[in-house]
Amino acid sequence: MANVIERTANNVWDWFTARAPGFMPFYRKHMTEYYAPKNFNIWYIFGVLSIVVLVNQIVTGIFLTMHYKPSAAEAFASVEYIMRDVEWGWLIRYMHSTGASLFFIVVYIHMFRGLMYGSYQKPRELVWILGMLIYLVLMAEAFLGYVLPWGQMSFWGAKVIISLFGAIPVIGNGLTEWIMGDYLPGDATLNRFFALHVIALPLVLLLLVVLHLGALHEVGSNNPDGVEIKKGPKGNRWSKNAPADGIPFHPYYTVKDGFYVCFFLIIGAFIVFFAPAFGGWFLEHDNFVEANRLVTPAHIKPVWYYTPYYAMLRVVPNKLGGVMVMFGAIAILFLVPWLDRAKVKSYRYRGLLSKVLLGIFAVCFIWLGKIGAGPGTDPVETIIGRFLTAFYFLFFLTMPLWTAFDKTKPVPERVTMHE
Amino acid sequence: MANEAVIDPAQGGEPDHLGRRRFLTATTVAVGAVGAGIAAVPFIKSWNPSARAQLAGAPVTVDITALQEGQRLIVEWRGQPIWIVKRSKAILEALPTLDPELRDPMSENADQQPAYIQKDSPELRSFKPEVSVLVGLCTHLGCSPEMVAEIRPEPFDPNWKGGYFCPCHKSRFDMAGRVFQGVPAPSNLVVPPHYYADDNTIVVGVDPGAA
Repeated sequence: MANVIERTANNVWDWFTARAPGFMPFYRKHMTEYYAPKNFNIWYIFGVLSIVVLVNQIVTGIFLTMHYKPSAAEAFASVEYIMRDVEWGWLIRYMHSTGASLFFIVVYIHMFRGLMYGSYQKPRELVWILGMLIYLVLMAEAFLGYVLPWGQMSFWGAKVIISLFGAIPVIGNGLTEWIMGDYLPGDATLNRFFALHVIALPLVLLLLVVLHLGALHEVGSNNPDGVEIKKGPKGNRWSKNAPADGIPFHPYYTVKDGFYVCFFLIIGAFIVFFAPAFGGWFLEHDNFVEANRLVTPAHIKPVWYYTPYYAMLRVVPNKLGGVMVMFGAIAILFLVPWLDRAKVKSYRYRGLLSKVLLGIFAVCFIWLGKIGAGPGTDPVETIIGRFLTAFYFLFFLTMPLWTAFDKTKPVPERVTMHE
Repeated sequence: MANEAVIDPAQGGEPDHLGRRRFLTATTVAVGAVGAGIAAVPFIKSWNPSARAQLAGAPVTVDITALQEGQRLIVEWRGQPIWIVKRSKAILEALPTLDPELRDPMSENADQQPAYIQKDSPELRSFKPEVSVLVGLCTHLGCSPEMVAEIRPEPFDPNWKGGYFCPCHKSRFDMAGRVFQGVPAPSNLVVPPHYYADDNTIVVGVDPGAA
């Protein structure tokens, strides 16, 4: 009996591979014969975690669309309906809203990992650019999604963000009306934002993720030592031609990642079950009130993942200037591969100056986030915000100087292991 | 397939504890499958009728004081037409005579009426002989049959004793909702759960004693 089953399975498999001869080579190239450096540390799990969150967002998002009504008259009530009347609707919605914030936590750590280990340096510039595009689309996707519940913060957040485009000279006013399809965020706005949020941007996001991974697998992964394993000695247990310091992605890293995914899911489940609003950081209190175009909430601010840029917008005392600084802060990230002139990749082999500046940069970004989340009424905080904004830009603009200037340590031939 | 080198390395290295690996892989897959199965439950259940839909499907209370002999009252319960019909003496006398022509004259198919209806009134299918309560949907494909209540020859049946005729696929039922032989409908019309709150008040959607 077992023989019959085994033979049938083998026959089906042979039938399939005869008709899809490219499948197994593809699988091998990206899984069992994708040789990743063997010295990955915990910083290297966040790419996989972002895929886990992406899948969560897609699955829970599909189920939310089954009950949500994308109309200004019904949206808010339909979200309450999901929370109260749909079986397990609260769980699905909280998984989606918590997933949005976790997505940014994971992506910010993933980006910081790239900065620490010089993962954007040659030959991985394209990987970085594609990653930055993902970040950009993700911010748009999150913004559109935040408008959908049609609460007070949805409405006024949409109004503020769309007004930013009004700062563009000449075409600004016409552009904001075109985006909204109305003179203020209304039914038409909500309907098109829904379409963009559930169809257009997810498709773009998925395509970019495929390209990001494809580009990565062409050049191979960087690692905490910044050693190019492809340039090192050849030959390991699995292949004579594979890098000696590489191990197959599957099963070695799939198992390791799976272990961390379990940890991550426990943290996510804890938030979903015990603190889904996360003290107003993941779901803002004002958004539990339906949109009212005549009353602006006293304390209007974006969700935490935009607040560093929002702070920059607020501390610049000029509308167009503020908008340019804000978008410039994101645009400059695209240039990092060419701003960094260091001869080594990883901070492990860089000088003290680079380490200190990167540390200050991280503090500066978080501090800006704190200012952006605050009421913005303290004049001292505004001054601090201006200094931090200036440092943010100087960090990147002077990067060619201090990276070329800073002393470096010799990079070892092989990756180092800390056991 | 492609992992053979890992499970059973061709060259060198330490022993690979093949049995232990297999055990760990199998238990991980099993636990993971159970977890995925449990995680799927909320998503599957989110398709169930929501609390709002259940509320809309709540019992319906009907006052039949004004219902005259030969009349039919149609109310809605869970989006279905519920017929409440007051039958005449002549109809009631004619009903048992139809038994040989019917598929299930004694209402033995337990899915088509509550047990208390079948027990007390298998032929008339009602608490009170004259008042019939039925779900007005044909058991063939769900059309709502027409009431043809007169005892007179009809084109589809020269010996017609009154009943229901489905326009979609010509199924015929008698005035107790019992299906005739030789028509597409497989079973009698459904008698919904219901009870009399008082002499002239019917509550549709709840069994007697359950409310």
